[in-house]
Amino acid sequence: MFTTASTTSDKLLQMVAAILLFAAIIGLILFIASRFTGKSDRAVAALYLAPVVVMLSVGLLYPGLRTVYQSFLDASLQNFVGFDNYQRIIEDPEQRLVLRNTFFWVLVTPFAATGIGLLYAILVDKARGEAFAKALIFLPMSISGVAATVIWKFMYEYRPDQSNIKQIGVINQIIVLFGGKPQQLLIDSPLNTFLLIAIMIWIQAGFAMTVLSAAIKAIPDDIVEAARLDGVTPWGMFRFVTVPAIRPALVVVLTTIAIGTLKVFDIVQTMTGGRFDTSVIANEFYSQAIRTGDRGFGAALAVVLFVLVIPIVVYNIRQLRRSEA
Amino acid sequence: MFVQRGSSRSRVAIAGALSMGLVFGLSACGDSKDEEPGTGATSLAAIDCTPYKAFGDLTGKEVSIYTGIVTPEDTPHKESYKPFEQCTGVTVKYEGDKAFETQILVRAEANNAPDVAFVPQPGLLQRLVQTGKVKEAPAEVAANVDKFWGADWKEYGSVGGKFYAAPLGASVKSLVWFSPKEFKDSGYAEPKTLADLKALTDKMVADGKKPWCAGINSGEATGWPLTDWMEDFMLRLSGPETYDKWLKHEIPFNGPEATKALDAVGEYLKNDKYVNGGYGDVKSIASTTFQDGGLPILEGQCSLHRQASFYAANFPKTAKVGPDGDVFAFYLPGETADSAPVLGGGEFVAAFADRPEVKAFQTYLSSDTWANVKAKVSAGWVTANKGLDPANLQNPVDKLSAEILLNPKATFRFDASDLMPAAVGQNTFWKQTTAWLTGQDTKTTLDKIEASWPK
Repeated sequence: MFTTASTTSDKLLQMVAAILLFAAIIGLILFIASRFTGKSDRAVAALYLAPVVVMLSVGLLYPGLRTVYQSFLDASLQNFVGFDNYQRIIEDPEQRLVLRNTFFWVLVTPFAATGIGLLYAILVDKARGEAFAKALIFLPMSISGVAATVIWKFMYEYRPDQSNIKQIGVINQIIVLFGGKPQQLLIDSPLNTFLLIAIMIWIQAGFAMTVLSAAIKAIPDDIVEAARLDGVTPWGMFRFVTVPAIRPALVVVLTTIAIGTLKVFDIVQTMTGGRFDTSVIANEFYSQAIRTGDRGFGAALAVVLFVLVIPIVVYNIRQLRRSEA
Repeated sequence: MFVQRGSSRSRVAIAGALSMGLVFGLSACGDSKDEEPGTGATSLAAIDCTPYKAFGDLTGKEVSIYTGIVTPEDTPHKESYKPFEQCTGVTVKYEGDKAFETQILVRAEANNAPDVAFVPQPGLLQRLVQTGKVKEAPAEVAANVDKFWGADWKEYGSVGGKFYAAPLGASVKSLVWFSPKEFKDSGYAEPKTLADLKALTDKMVADGKKPWCAGINSGEATGWPLTDWMEDFMLRLSGPETYDKWLKHEIPFNGPEATKALDAVGEYLKNDKYVNGGYGDVKSIASTTFQDGGLPILEGQCSLHRQASFYAANFPKTAKVGPDGDVFAFYLPGETADSAPVLGGGEFVAAFADRPEVKAFQTYLSSDTWANVKAKVSAGWVTANKGLDPANLQNPVDKLSAEILLNPKATFRFDASDLMPAAVGQNTFWKQTTAWLTGQDTKTTLDKIEASWPK
């Protein structure tokens, strides 16, 4: 019954039940913990950690290990096929294209989004109407990727080059205004991939700007003043004062966006569905595992995605530790 | 009111006669429908309840349906169950979900399957049967299907020689939409052979027109209208036997027959003289959504659009669909005038439970009674059920589709991409034909699809 709520009242009931269940479990843990108080800190710590450990193992560790195992199986998960799925990812021209596109995404998005965010943060810093200017660029962050993509469809939309038909896409209208011919922007590879990347940059620049702006504001005034007294140029201020001071924040922003970009799915799925050579790993994983039903191959793609994310996460944590030390 | 009450009484009388076992009851029923063309609750209520009595007392029982048929098409479905509900006291619980095709597999595997599911692809039915959760069709349903459908339809509902799912609705894909007014004004005739079609197209080009329009953009399913085009030509140029071998992979996907079919499609769709009326060059087919594909016909910018019967719903309400209206369809002809190959699709009723009320409901859906009840309450719906009286259908395209489907000379074949393994039919076939349209050559396209066929 609980999985098939169809009416609103059913769903609300489910929600209330879930909240009550959660409260009951927390209450139980707190109750047991109160029995232990003063006896052993370790026991109390273990008790508080237990739910987290259980949830991580059930929700993350087990599915993760199972996915790795499935990546060595065939489409219906019946037979063991060794490294065939991985071999296919590397050798199949279609899959290479997917890897190439993912590479473009990860290479361009973090740097472009961070660069734009940083530039914007410096430009609006202490300017008049700073809060409003920041809100403007932060807005895209607050809508879902699917909604953002639907908005951008009206940037790229194409209507034929005929006298009685008006362009409804912004870019094509601009092209037509300047006397050009409307272009089918989403058909030609690899241009279309970069047009999709632009959407991600539009979304992520606001995130970069917010974090970096906070970091810039946290630079101690005495450092800035000392640099001014030494007669530093604006570029020198940026290069030798601002950037080194906000380096940890920069790394966090870059890596966070890179991880988000590696997993990009909604933009590609909504805009092209991966057609016209725009597929990326996460989209291909969905297409293979869910639509095609090749679950082994889908699992292998998921594992590849996971493996690609690891170095970025490791770098992220190392930088964090170094900045704390 | 009096007339309706009277008719209701006469129907009860007919039903009573039937339950006494009169063999000609069915035809009598058909006659009474001719006398009383009015639809509405009274005419729906009067069906023969006898076939469902055998399942015992079902009062208060419930049957759940899960399907991809959502609003607005779900309303006529629910309407059409009412006579059954009144006969048996069973409540039918209807659940429509756009994500049906992926969710039904998840639900079947999670032991959370509905009683009945309307499966739109035989390929998906196979995958469902492989989960071991689908029940074989009851004997009553099998008897109905033997009586009212061709053997080919029964075969599509069978997996591994066992019959599981009775056909429900059908759609005809071998249709070409056109403007009756334009045809009349310009003196064009509906083509009777493929050569006629080509000649007609050339004549339109000579008249300064871009005859064909098309659109294949459909999100992650982009490309599917192209697979329909290719299948239609495969069926016409190489015949149904070769078509069957091709979709079962008994002959390679990239053989000479397939090459011929795709090249024949290319003569139309990759020909800048023929396409893309109202939209631009060949490539604009890729960026035009399939919903928009045929709309230029209404504006006189395009003359021909090959698309299934369900495309009728995409024309604006202001456009009149019919032989004397703004837009109508003709049958995409065969190679010769006396061959009638039909490409189409349909749904199948798979059951995950074998309780008596579920069996009774399956029996109802596979009967001619239901087909006629459904026809009366819906527009844009047709079935290959031979018990259907085409006079009950509501709109001209449905009537045309029914004529094509029920034509004794017709050779019906199911949309091949729905029967192929999902890796091909739901993925590379769409993807590669899209790449083909935007420039990839025929050989590379077919070779890549062949390579993706699961070993």
